[in-house]
Amino acid sequence: MKKLLSIFAVLAFAFSANAGTLDDVKNRGFLKCGVTTGLIGFAAPDDAGNWAGFDVDVCRAVAAAIFGDSSKVEFTTTTGKSRFPTLASGEIDMLARNTTWTLSRDVNLGFEFVGVNYYDGQGFMIPSALGVDDATGLDGATVCIQTGTTTELNLADFFRANGIGYEALPIETNDEARENLFAGRCDVYTTDASGLSATRAQADDPDKWVVLPNIISKEPLGPLVRHGDHQWGDVVRWSLNTMIIAEELGVSSSNVDDSKGSNIPEVLRLLGVEGGYGEMLELSNDFAYNIIKQVGNYSESFDRNIGPDTPLGIGRNLNALWTDGGILYAPPFR
Amino acid sequence: MENNSNFESRKPPVATTGILGWCRQHLFSNWVNSIVTLLVIYFLYQLIPWFLDWSVFSADFWTNYKGELIVDRTFCSRVADPEGDHGACWAIIIVRFYQFMYGFYPSEQVWRVNLTYFLLVVALLPLLIEKIPGRKHLIKFTIVFPIVAFILLYGGFGFQVIPTNKWGGLLVTLVLGVFGIAIAFPLGILLALGRRSQLPVISMFCTLFIEFIRGVPLITLLFFGMVMLPLFLPEGLNLDGLVRVLVAVTLFQAAYMAEVIRGGLQAIPRGQYEAAQSVGLSYWQMNRKIILPQAIRISIPSIVNTSIGLFKDTTLVIIIGLLDLLGIGRGALADATWMGLSNEVYVFVALVFFIFTFSMSRYSLYLEKKLKTGINMGAD
Repeated sequence: MKKLLSIFAVLAFAFSANAGTLDDVKNRGFLKCGVTTGLIGFAAPDDAGNWAGFDVDVCRAVAAAIFGDSSKVEFTTTTGKSRFPTLASGEIDMLARNTTWTLSRDVNLGFEFVGVNYYDGQGFMIPSALGVDDATGLDGATVCIQTGTTTELNLADFFRANGIGYEALPIETNDEARENLFAGRCDVYTTDASGLSATRAQADDPDKWVVLPNIISKEPLGPLVRHGDHQWGDVVRWSLNTMIIAEELGVSSSNVDDSKGSNIPEVLRLLGVEGGYGEMLELSNDFAYNIIKQVGNYSESFDRNIGPDTPLGIGRNLNALWTDGGILYAPPFR
Repeated sequence: MENNSNFESRKPPVATTGILGWCRQHLFSNWVNSIVTLLVIYFLYQLIPWFLDWSVFSADFWTNYKGELIVDRTFCSRVADPEGDHGACWAIIIVRFYQFMYGFYPSEQVWRVNLTYFLLVVALLPLLIEKIPGRKHLIKFTIVFPIVAFILLYGGFGFQVIPTNKWGGLLVTLVLGVFGIAIAFPLGILLALGRRSQLPVISMFCTLFIEFIRGVPLITLLFFGMVMLPLFLPEGLNLDGLVRVLVAVTLFQAAYMAEVIRGGLQAIPRGQYEAAQSVGLSYWQMNRKIILPQAIRISIPSIVNTSIGLFKDTTLVIIIGLLDLLGIGRGALADATWMGLSNEVYVFVALVFFIFTFSMSRYSLYLEKKLKTGINMGAD
């Protein structure tokens, strides 16, 4: 019996003696990042086969922080069903795939959400000809709804709480919803607001459609890593925070070199001119400089991928900085 | 009986020969058939010109209706000019053709994929053309082809390693289809023989295996390969994602193949076995020389049928995140540059699949004709 126990002890030791993820990534020479198989604005391959998007930028920021080179990422495509097993098995180092932070995923599945890069929420899209400007005025409407999702439950709750009725038209995919809505078979399409914007952008005449201001659920989307490796979690967390702090401080990829001569102490700390904050993370002290230089700050990434000037045309709203009326807020860099 | 010569030989009535006769016999033999024929003609008349117009005559290829080169969706005639009468915008396929064919395979190494495609044709030649010179040697190549293909595509032996997450498009579809079918075929034969074996352990194992695999949908096996297989492997050993999927696809196909071939085996009369045994052939000799050639011959339509089924089922891998031909298409649609052109993408993907599956089905017809499978074995 003692022998058996000692074997177990050795085995347990062998498993726990794994080098940390950060060391693994450094030794490997590139980061393995899980993304979607394609979601407009958040992750998609461009014509040359390079991945681009708002979630992809988080992966690139982490690569820039570790290697000083945002191209040292290999992307693994994951679906809603395969994303968690892929992360849990160690096939990828982190997941940046519009995943909602919930208690069960954070606790029960053994992952750690390191922050929120996009505050989403369920909304409604209707033809502007309907003349409704608030979702409570949708009594009796036919609603296109993806079956088996939390959006279905949220929808039922919302209509019941407001004492109005609706007729559900169950659909399976986004494409199907789009076709049904554009063909007039349903009056309302409800899903995450970012998805609604993507659908609206694909209409022949986007001005004929409006996304209502009502947001009926909380969907904080963010990157996540495996539970237990806190050092690695810190690296990903502060790569994301760096992008947000850089926007707060007005440091962008275009002025990052000049900012090294700034007289604001936090800018100097951020760019590694003062203090040894990179070393605390076991990165180089200019890791934040590399992120900002190569990927940009939060607003640059937002505007490039999903902002008002892109086909998606999503406004900052909740995702504006706390100083601009949003809830984007990163802990101080000190 | 000489009285035939009393009659002048007359031609059959006009209405039963020639085009007219054929039409009358096949299309208008009674009023129900006539109505169906007219309806079908009407629908084809509506559908074919419309489809040709959409896909060819008023479609954009490289340039739009103003003659500008199409670089994103806003240049497509039907997006730029929604009031006008414009058809498909094939530029999405043209611009992304490389991705549709090879995925993210590095372009300086892509000759390896092309060489593999070429060698695949060479490997298929001895199977397609019976009278090709040097067929015996070519067959040997066909047998080692999977190994050659693996080294060429993946790397090693002096070639740069291209990890499979860079593979995509038609390459992944073909790798899954061709490897799946090629490995499953011999495996299926062994399983079929095993299931009919008189050794209880072997027969029970084969039966269990076949029934288990056939009892679950392919998607379940894919999830098994993706999620559960890594749990059985020692820590640190990460079997490649594509390999895990390939294992699942092969096992699935092998089980179906085994049942198809077992059907063929059961059609062989007992006398064939007894005759083979009476001339002193061993079990393997008997199966190799007498039984299997006949059994496989009569199973050809079903073998091709399950193979076509598998080839199309490979699109299920998108659910576990591999970008096959369909997955690359959906990826293209998720790029803001091209979003909304789903009709073009799905029509193109369907066309590529049709080319492959239709060729497979024609090949099976050719084999059936060549081997005269319709004729009863005994009288052959």
